[in-house]
Parts: sequence; structure tokens; C-alpha cells
Amino acid sequence: MSTTTKDAVAHGETSRRDFLYIAAGAFGAVGAAAAVWPFISQMNPSADVLALSSTEVDLAPIQAGQIVTVVWQSKPVFVWHRTEKDIKAAEDVKTDDLREPQTDEARAPKPEWLVVVGICTHLGCIPLGHQGQYGGFFCPCHGSVYDTSGRIRQGPAPANLPVPPYKFLNDTKIRIG
Amino acid sequence: MALQTNSKIVKWIEFRLPIISMLQHSLVDYPTPKNLSYWWSFGSIAGIVLVIQIVTGIVLAMHYTPHVTMAFDSIQHINRDVNYGWLLHNIHMNGASMFFVVVYIHIFRGLYYGSYKYPRELLWWLGVIILLLMMATAFMGYVLPWGQMSFWGATVITNLFSAIPGVGQEIVTWLWGGFAVGNPTLNRFYSLHYLLPFVLVAVVMLHLMALHTHGSNNPLGIDRKGPQDSIPFHPYYTVKDMFGFMVFFLIFALLIFYEPNYLGDPANFIQANPLVTPTHIVPEWYFLPFYAILRSVPNILFIPAKLAGVLCMFGSIFLLFLLPWLDTSRVRSARFRPIYKQLFWIFVAACVGLEYAGAKPPEGIPLIIGRICTAYYFVHFLILLPLVGWFETPKTLPKSISEPVLGGGAAPAGATREKP
Repeated sequence: MSTTTKDAVAHGETSRRDFLYIAAGAFGAVGAAAAVWPFISQMNPSADVLALSSTEVDLAPIQAGQIVTVVWQSKPVFVWHRTEKDIKAAEDVKTDDLREPQTDEARAPKPEWLVVVGICTHLGCIPLGHQGQYGGFFCPCHGSVYDTSGRIRQGPAPANLPVPPYKFLNDTKIRIG
Repeated sequence: MALQTNSKIVKWIEFRLPIISMLQHSLVDYPTPKNLSYWWSFGSIAGIVLVIQIVTGIVLAMHYTPHVTMAFDSIQHINRDVNYGWLLHNIHMNGASMFFVVVYIHIFRGLYYGSYKYPRELLWWLGVIILLLMMATAFMGYVLPWGQMSFWGATVITNLFSAIPGVGQEIVTWLWGGFAVGNPTLNRFYSLHYLLPFVLVAVVMLHLMALHTHGSNNPLGIDRKGPQDSIPFHPYYTVKDMFGFMVFFLIFALLIFYEPNYLGDPANFIQANPLVTPTHIVPEWYFLPFYAILRSVPNILFIPAKLAGVLCMFGSIFLLFLLPWLDTSRVRSARFRPIYKQLFWIFVAACVGLEYAGAKPPEGIPLIIGRICTAYYFVHFLILLPLVGWFETPKTLPKSISEPVLGGGAAPAGATREKP
């Protein structure tokens, strides 16, 4: 004979009803989670936004010393055709002196091209090019100063300007993203 | 039963805001007639559909663009690009249809069991207001996709007001915000389509307050004589309503996942064109009976057909406000009213006939059916119901809700709530 609910409750045991409660509750919880997911997911980038997630840049027209701003994933990206002087300034820095130690080589595999996301790592303003005492970028909002490799040197920003994922499709063309 | 708790937090809240005891009073202890059938599940199902419509609607509003040049494309954007946009859109557009299915059943339940009678007249009135708000909301929502049916539906329905003598055309221009349905119309409809559901929620709350004042009617249509005729709402009707939800969701899901466009009109996949009217324009299915009345009415005496049709169409709903007094019988349930019971089913048939006539072009047989059914609709309410109340001999009512089942007044085992 199976134990009845009354017997089980009287003896403080697990009854069939406890099992039913837990099974029904678990089933309901899984169902609710599945039903809620589309309502959360709909706020993520839609297919047409994701379709614009990479940007190709033609490097040929960019003169030595010129910084060009392109848009990648709605963000400004600085593409800097650096001069010998800019490169030397970046390479001569001792990484121990940096807030976020990174070599220039790691940030710019082809030294004449620096590609960085143009958003100050402090609070999201867009820094100005060719400004500041290190010859790189200067953020007018709160005075963060970046060097010719886009590394943070002074001011409140905590990190270097990030290098987006990109690759050379040929000598004069890159794809960001 | 008062709220019993040892929780200090609950007591702290209760002392300042008696919300927990209020919920316990109206959702747990709330004494409910013990003989409610599944026809009484449609009220709570309508409630859950309203919630679903609001939640999916808020989410769709995050992706929709209310502008004549972008509205149609933004619907395609929702269907193709937005994560689960196809699902949310399908739920929302079929949810509107299901809302009307459920509410129409709920209304016919009320008609059959006399739920509009003393002391529930205001409860009934609030229900009719809910129906009117639903119609306005659904109509304006249907305009938003900016397809051919959206545009021409909006044109036809707003033009109904041009039938008003004298100031008709001025009112229509005011409704449009221009000289035809256009961008200002689309914007204001979007604004109101977002507003009205929250007004609906407020009226539903009043509907529930009125309901809980005298409690639900029941299939016997007689008042409860004592505690032996009631059972607590929880767990008996919470479980019963949940089961109703499950069955409803199954049917709803079939529509959403397998036939999402079954109830829609193919013409609405063509972008609105103010220069070309579709050859056969029809409203959504839930408006067809009223649309049939509009088109069936000929010139009445000195009233031109256009005005007469509009008056009859709106009158067909406003008659419902008078129903508690047009029905002169004091017996609520049709179970005990042999003649009314037959008239009820003829009335249902007339509504089905109007639904059929509304979907067809107004000529030949459908027009004749539409006219007969329109005539019956008004004769039913204005002539038959007042007379039948006088001439009909009702069957003997049972002495109490318990009597037909248990043959007496003794409290049965299940009627009192088991204390843990």
C-alpha cells in the first residue's frame, strides 16, 4: 500500500502532494523563464544593426600625419597615418612608466598605422587629435592626455584607447570588426 | 477570515498599508458560488489577455515608428530584424482577436445567465464601457501597420462621424488633423492606442470592485443563501482559472505559431496608398456584425440611410446599457426561462448572421440576411425582452445553490477551508 497524504503529513514525511507541488512549480518556473526570454532578447541589437557591425576603410587617401575618423558600430574610430617622429616617440616610452603598460608594437602591428576607438576611457567623450603634451590625443572634457600610441599618460582616464579588432585586407585596406 | 500572520514584516506593512489583507480578502478568502461552470473562466482569461496585450504592446512600441513613410517598413523590421519580433508581433495582433473572442463569450454568458440584472447593473455598465474602449483601442491599433486595410479602415470609420448633421465634416477634419487620413492621424492614433489600454485597466479594476461587492452570478442565477453555498476563491477557482488559462494558451499558441495571418487581411501586406481603395474592404472579424448593421439600414422615414446606419450601429451597443431595464423578468438564469432561452439562441444566430453578412459585399442574399438579422437584433432588445418578462412563466427556482445537489442545507465537507 502506498502512503496517503494524511499519513505522510502526520509522520512529517514527504507526501505525493509535496512531489506534485515541486514538479508543478518547477515546470511553471521553466515555462515562465522561456516566456520571458523573448521580451528581454528583443532589446538586444537587431539583425539590421548587427549587419553593420564591420567597417572597411581605404587607407590610400590618408596622408602621412593625418588622423581620419571613421564610424564603426556607431562609434568613432581614429585611423592615424603616423610619421616616423610619431612612431619613434611611441616606441621610446618605457612601459614601466605607463598606467596601462602596453608596447607600441602590440598596439600597432604595422607601425605607420594606429587604429584606436576614439572614446575616452574616462567617461566617453571624444578626444582631440594632435593635441596634448605627448603629441597624441587630449580629451577636452576632463583633461586626459594620450600619447602617439593612444596610451593614457595623464588625467583621470584609467586605460589606453582600445584597439578594435581589425585586419589588413591588402596594403591599403583594413576591415574593422 | 482576517489575515493571520506571525511575520513582523507583514504586520509592519499591514499597519501602514493594508494591501496584503486586501489581496487575501479578494483573491484567497473571497467567497464564490460553488457552482460556477467553465463559462465563468472567461473573465479571468480576458484579464490575462489584457496583460499580454499591454506587455507585448510596450515592447513593440520600442521598435515601431509612427510616421507614414516609415510605419509600414518598421513592421517588416519588427518581423524580420528584431530578436523574436515575429513572435511579439504575432502575439499582439492575434491577441487582439483572442481578446474579442474571450470577451464576446463572456458577454453572451452574461446574457444567458442574466448577469446584468439587479444588483449588478453597474457591473454590466462597466463591462459595456470596457467593450467600447476595446473597440476604440483595437481600431486604432489596426491603423498603425499602415497597410491598405489600415488606411482605408481608418478612412471609413472616421467618416462615420461625417453623418452627423451640420458639423459632421468639421468633426472628421478635426479627427484627421488634415483633409484626409495622414501623418497627424497616424501619430494621434498611436498616442491614443498607447493610452487607452491603461484606461482599460482602470475600468477593469472598477469592474472587479463592482463584481466583488455582490459576488459572481452563477448558473442557477439565484442568490446565495448562506456560507454553505460558497467556497473560497483559493484554491478552488484559482486552480480552475489556471486550467482555463492553459486551455486558452494552447489555442492561442496554435494561432500564433501555425496560422498567424489567418485572421488578418492580405491587403494589409500592401503599403497604404491614399489614391487607390482595395476592391473589397472589410474590417477585422470582430467588427463585422456592427459593420453589417451599418450597411443594412435603408432610409428610415426622414432619416437618410447614411445617418440611420451610423445611428443603428452605435445604438446596437448603447442598447446594452439599457438591457438591465429592458429585460423585465426577475429570474436571471435562462435555465428557468423556457421562452427567453429560445430567444437567446435566436439572438446568437442573428449575431452569427450579421457576422456573415458583414464579411460579404452588401448585395443579394447577404444583404437580405443582414437586414433580417439587424431587424431581429433590435426587436429582441426593444420588443421581445420587455414582453417576455411579462408573459413567460418561469420554471420553479431551486431553494438554494446546494439544494439541487445535496437536497438540503447541511454544510458539505468541501465548503470550509481546511486550516493547516
